[in-house]
Amino acid sequence: MIDVRGLTKRYGPTLAVDGLSFQVASGRVTGFLGPNGAGKSTTMRLILGLDTPNAGTATINGTSYRGRRFPMHEVGALLDAQALHPGRSAFHHLLALAQSNRIGRRRVDEVLGLVGLGDVAGRRAGPFSLGMQQRLGIASVMLGDPEILLFDEPVTGLDPEGIVWIRNLFHRLAGEGRTVFVSSHLMSEMALTAQHLVVIGRGKLIADDSIERITAGAGSRVRVLSPQRDELSSVLTSEGATVQTEDGALVVAGLDAPRVGDLAAAHRITLHELTPQRASLEEAFFELTEDSVEYHGGEPGWPGSKTGAKS
Amino acid sequence: MSTDTTVAAPGHAVEASHAPTSPRGAVLPAAVRAEWTKLRSVRSTVWSLVATIGITVALGMLFCFAYTRRFDRLGLRERLTFDPTAQSLRGLFLAQLAIGVLGVLVISSEYATGLIRTTLAAVPQRRVVLAAKGIVFGIIAAVVTTIAVFIAFFAGQAVLETKHLGASIGDPHVLRAVLGAAVYLTFVGLLGLAFGTIVRRTAGAIATLVGVVLVLPLLAQALPSPWNDDIAKFLPGGIGASLFSVRSLAGRLGPGAALLVALLWLVGTLAIATILISRRDA
Repeated sequence: MIDVRGLTKRYGPTLAVDGLSFQVASGRVTGFLGPNGAGKSTTMRLILGLDTPNAGTATINGTSYRGRRFPMHEVGALLDAQALHPGRSAFHHLLALAQSNRIGRRRVDEVLGLVGLGDVAGRRAGPFSLGMQQRLGIASVMLGDPEILLFDEPVTGLDPEGIVWIRNLFHRLAGEGRTVFVSSHLMSEMALTAQHLVVIGRGKLIADDSIERITAGAGSRVRVLSPQRDELSSVLTSEGATVQTEDGALVVAGLDAPRVGDLAAAHRITLHELTPQRASLEEAFFELTEDSVEYHGGEPGWPGSKTGAKS
Repeated sequence: MSTDTTVAAPGHAVEASHAPTSPRGAVLPAAVRAEWTKLRSVRSTVWSLVATIGITVALGMLFCFAYTRRFDRLGLRERLTFDPTAQSLRGLFLAQLAIGVLGVLVISSEYATGLIRTTLAAVPQRRVVLAAKGIVFGIIAAVVTTIAVFIAFFAGQAVLETKHLGASIGDPHVLRAVLGAAVYLTFVGLLGLAFGTIVRRTAGAIATLVGVVLVLPLLAQALPSPWNDDIAKFLPGGIGASLFSVRSLAGRLGPGAALLVALLWLVGTLAIATILISRRDA
């Protein structure tokens, strides 16, 4: 269990993390989502005791990271897969890490096999593709068979096969009761990988909820087709819903589909179509973070930016 | 086996096997093993060490050879103050940079690649990381430079012996001077490690090292007498001259005092390095 309380980190004039509080529970994959520059990597560094917070605390299983003696048996972390000495072989990179935490040499071969790098273990890691470096980084996390695993943007550089592989790995690890905390700026990936989301923007907590509730809470609509459109519209509006007309249909916000159907029946209004419209996680994410995107693109690029969403 | 137990078993097994089982034992020996693996598994380290030996020996022989060619034209005074041991060790001038740069790289290369974060996440007690690097690199540097200076001494004396100018390792103070040369090179290497930790960037740390080892003595010499000698003898270059000279030099520290001053330099710089690595964000 990772416990972050009131965490604040300032770099010069920039407030990178601003009073952040959340918990990461075991037995599920928790996605750590936010636009670039939102403070995800900073938060991870603070959890791992690499940076010192200006205020607040980050603890793992109740104690701070800095006091640990051989932490890799309890916590595994991959911050930057490219943080490698280019001239050192994959095997020796892992061996040095293993030795620093009294992990046996056999485990090094095991994790190399686990991530599919057994055949290139003796090769220098510098020329590895980003995907291979990610696999090597994942191997380093697995060395100590830790209960708590942190990954910062692990999907970057992986090919589609690698993405499916890593997603299954995360699910399996969480299924074994471990705590899996994965940061990403890709909502679509998190929708498939995570069961729970911690969303931040500009260093502040925006949401801490299950994927279902985040997508449901953000802009779910009901599309209704009725020959008595105006009559239905006034009934729904009087019940507190917001109603818009779109291609001859009503798009209702603020009431769920069963309630809309019940109201129509009660007022003897005929319905030709009643469709709940779930917002995609992208839309939910956009809605959550639109005020907190650090860098707006001038062209369509960042899916959550207002300027990018014109059309 | 009933259905109940098969359903329940994985959960219990997980809790049992994933209770944190941190191994017992001291942190430092584990970190030392890891640093030794890191140092030996990079080809550039090995080449730098070979280069340190090569420079020490080749330059020493070259200086000795040049002296034998010049010898017939030298005056009596110069012939009498000639120190054949120091002459064979003059490659140290360049070798100190090779070993010093390697000392810098032991830690600055980790900052350059970002590997330092992985290292400090694996060993959160940062003093232990620096101590392990110091122990491993210090031992390697001591062994390699001892080999280098002994080869340089014997090769240099063989060259000088063509004019019957060579010294013997058994002559007074010669063994101390040769060992002093290895001590000096190891000292500069560890100074490089301290500067690498303090400055973090390779280029800046090397510049600092060159500044302290080569430029500072020149600046000190520019001061009016007697300040120039009073300051220069406490600088690394002056310490080195005291350590690897057979004759006691005017205005220099004795070898024992020089060793003490070298240790003070290391204690001072490594203490600053330890404080900074512990307090700074990684």
